[in-house]
Amino acid sequence: MNIVIIKYNAGNIRSVDFALRRMGVEAEITDDQQKIRSADKVIFPGVGAAANTMDYLATRGLDQLIRSLQQPVLGICLGQQLMCDRSEEGDTQCIGVFDQPVLKFPPHDKVPHMGWNQLLEPAGALFRGVEEGAYVYFVHSYYVPRCDDTAAGCRYICDFSAAMQKDNFYATQFHPEKSGPTGQKILENFIAL
Amino acid sequence: MLAKRIIPCLDVRDGMTVKGINFVDIKEVGDPVELGSKYARDGADELVYLDITASHEKRKLFSDLVRRIAAHLNIPFSVGGGINELKDADVLLSAGADKVSVNSAAIRNPLLVDQIAEGFGSQFVIVAIDAKLENGRWGVYINGGRIPVEKELFSWAKEVESRGAGEILFTSMNHDGTKNGFACDALRALSESLSIPVIASGGAGSEEHFAEVFTRGKADAALAASIFHYNEIPVPQLKQYLREKQINVR
Repeated sequence: MNIVIIKYNAGNIRSVDFALRRMGVEAEITDDQQKIRSADKVIFPGVGAAANTMDYLATRGLDQLIRSLQQPVLGICLGQQLMCDRSEEGDTQCIGVFDQPVLKFPPHDKVPHMGWNQLLEPAGALFRGVEEGAYVYFVHSYYVPRCDDTAAGCRYICDFSAAMQKDNFYATQFHPEKSGPTGQKILENFIAL
Repeated sequence: MLAKRIIPCLDVRDGMTVKGINFVDIKEVGDPVELGSKYARDGADELVYLDITASHEKRKLFSDLVRRIAAHLNIPFSVGGGINELKDADVLLSAGADKVSVNSAAIRNPLLVDQIAEGFGSQFVIVAIDAKLENGRWGVYINGGRIPVEKELFSWAKEVESRGAGEILFTSMNHDGTKNGFACDALRALSESLSIPVIASGGAGSEEHFAEVFTRGKADAALAASIFHYNEIPVPQLKQYLREKQINVR
């Protein structure tokens, strides 16, 4: 199996690679369009600022490419947000796989939402074998509201999408690569798609 | 619900985990990767690795170690010690660290906090503050608690929050090593004055102390070293206790 992690200018991309290696899965970290297009699975990880990252992706044509992919794609954290329509972070036009806005948490509690929180109503292929209320690791200040594409919810300040799915596109707001055995199960489910 | 975090802290010198008592009299306790992996299996929520290596040449050993830690751990971890400029943080990010903590360097050059936050995001920068209560004032110390500086805990924490710090790690030097409980009053005041998470450190000696720091102290996370290293309170047992006290833990 040929798995590609999309390389870009920010974030701790290595940690996803390390998590796959712990599962005995080899992946290639690349921004090469041909390699991404021909991969069996594509992972789009992310920590960083929305506007900078979209600029980086756009100058390399990667935004259009991601949108056009036919194989299973997994966006992680900023990856999920950038797969939405538009982000309040720097008022950024995003890739538009999910027809949803990305909003800033109102300051009713500490922001960023940082730490382990529970998955609500996890559903679909990514969450096979993952129980209601399982804890996963989040670090974020922006969120996607719950919507038709929500695959798992979470509650912090408000109800938001912990994970999303539409056609071949999967996304998690949390970091499966840092979420212990539950996270590993979710990555295994993605690899097994 | 967002869980309260339990964070074992591993001091590392020349590649080995050590624990200082009151910042002196250092004992070795084991291999940092092995010990960290054990904590992760036991249900620790996050780990802190502090490099207390004195010599500059041996610092490179630490980034090699960070790479090994990142390869093995499936939970987040932060690293601190010897981060004096943006480049040092960059090296640790590339090695796979999820967060860095800065302490003395932030006092000497507060702009470092802004730079790390702008460069890598607020979630990547923890500001660690060692402070001691003297005559009713929480004075800040640097260089592992050896040198007092002009700053005061609450105003310094506010300042670094506005500079982009993602979390505050507050160690009470009055409580550290005593095992008599955390500085709950100061922690509560700190937590209520900030809009970023507060990690409590110094004084953990019993399960009750953790329950107290999360309720009365309003801490978001609690850090301890020796009670975990010497297995005085195993992490699973602590979590079970907190659950029975209706405190939300993973």
